[in-house]
Amino acid sequence: MVTAELVIGNKNENGNGNGAHAAPDGGGAVTPAEDLGRLPALAESLLFAAGRPVPLSQLIEALDGPSRAEVLGALEHLARTYEREGRGLRLVQVAGGWQLRTPAEHGPWVRRLLRERPPRLSRPTLETVAIVAYRQPCTRLEIEAVRGVDAEAVLTTLIERRLVRIVGRKEAPGRPLLYATTREFLEVFGLPDLNALPPLRDLGDGAALLAATEPEVAPEGVEVTRESPPPSAEDV
Amino acid sequence: MNAPCTVRLPIFEGPLDLLLHLIKKNEVQITDIPIATITDQYLAMLEELPELNLDGAGEYLVMAATLMYIKSRMLLPGTGEDLEAEEDPRAELVQQLVEYQRFREVAVALGERKVLSRDVFAGPGEPMVPGADHDAPVRDASLADLLDALRDVLERIRPPRAHDIEREGLSIRECVARILAGFVVGPRREFASLFGPDADRAEVIVIFLALLELIRLRVVRARQAERFGAITLELAVGTVEEATERVRDLGQTEQWRGGEGQHGDGRARDR
Repeated sequence: MVTAELVIGNKNENGNGNGAHAAPDGGGAVTPAEDLGRLPALAESLLFAAGRPVPLSQLIEALDGPSRAEVLGALEHLARTYEREGRGLRLVQVAGGWQLRTPAEHGPWVRRLLRERPPRLSRPTLETVAIVAYRQPCTRLEIEAVRGVDAEAVLTTLIERRLVRIVGRKEAPGRPLLYATTREFLEVFGLPDLNALPPLRDLGDGAALLAATEPEVAPEGVEVTRESPPPSAEDV
Repeated sequence: MNAPCTVRLPIFEGPLDLLLHLIKKNEVQITDIPIATITDQYLAMLEELPELNLDGAGEYLVMAATLMYIKSRMLLPGTGEDLEAEEDPRAELVQQLVEYQRFREVAVALGERKVLSRDVFAGPGEPMVPGADHDAPVRDASLADLLDALRDVLERIRPPRAHDIEREGLSIRECVARILAGFVVGPRREFASLFGPDADRAEVIVIFLALLELIRLRVVRARQAERFGAITLELAVGTVEEATERVRDLGQTEQWRGGEGQHGDGRARDR
């Protein structure tokens, strides 16, 4: 009895959903009514085929039918499933999109198969890219002021590795070049966007001295959903 | 194994790094550095670093001078009665150290993240074709974008053959005609399709220059949907004929003839 009622209830809901979300062209579209259960698997296929991080908006567009909330729900369901079942993939939010990645604990085996030499991230590299990330767009001089050493060679390497790019020139004497981090930077470090950078710590008395230059940094928010692309240098 | 008593000195990334090391070793606060002690230790360390690379030596020496200057100022009695108001000679250095320390911590945090291609891996995926009806907003590619794309092409080039038979050089003019001819098939083409599989370095550069010329003349537009994404070229004028016409008009000017043989000149005109 109860079961029957539930089924009827579902059907009604489906009917409503169908009307509301019907695809404009109707052809081959995934309608949420029948296929909501299939949505996580569908999203999985899309993400597998794309490889790179896919923005939520593009997934919604490709699925052509299900609402934003439904697609998001499917992604979260998929992410939980991978996690819970201890599968060989994880669904993560990086660089303003969703991407399938192998879990870190499988890294050694994947590396052995690919025979890839892992990218070396030296201290100068990490320090310099960190300064650029928080201070962007910034000049070479500004970077050197923080690290106290010449930054030219490191910047060249960072540009070659596409973690940093030149975004313009500063309207200042000598018109120095301005540097900013790239989308690839977010991808390499698995950051959803620049707000997800690890917070800069306040260091006691020094903080007062530095208050003027402190960028606003939100705590790490991997679970937070953001639709807009990262506020990276691309807009500069 | 080397000599039995090899001393491994920590590698320092600059004077600030060395200073932070000393501060940590002495277990003192950054904000209250015993400047005399630290200065002495700093100078001692400099002498112990005989293989200090020469590029960086200057930076270490400047810091040594700064430390000695601060030390001397600390020794001088305050000029006024109000000691509170007097600026601590260490203030600027402290600020610099605090700042550097903050970024050093963040750098460590970044390095400990699950780094792509080191700790975690993603599939290569299928290339997404730009120009399909759904897309991120497509914008004009900047010169920097074009240079990035050029670098990709140059990286793919095979090393030069052992002996190159003298080869007829391509002129920019010829390349302009060639690029335009490619648009006969359709109004759009991929940047990468300009360069044949066995184009050599010189050829790639000439083709690239021809492309820049066409963009400058507003005959062709370079468009890109995302940073480092594929660059699509499209005809900025109605037809290839129109484009050829435009290029021909401009071909009359001196600058277009500059540096090119009459050969190339004539041929491009014939098209």
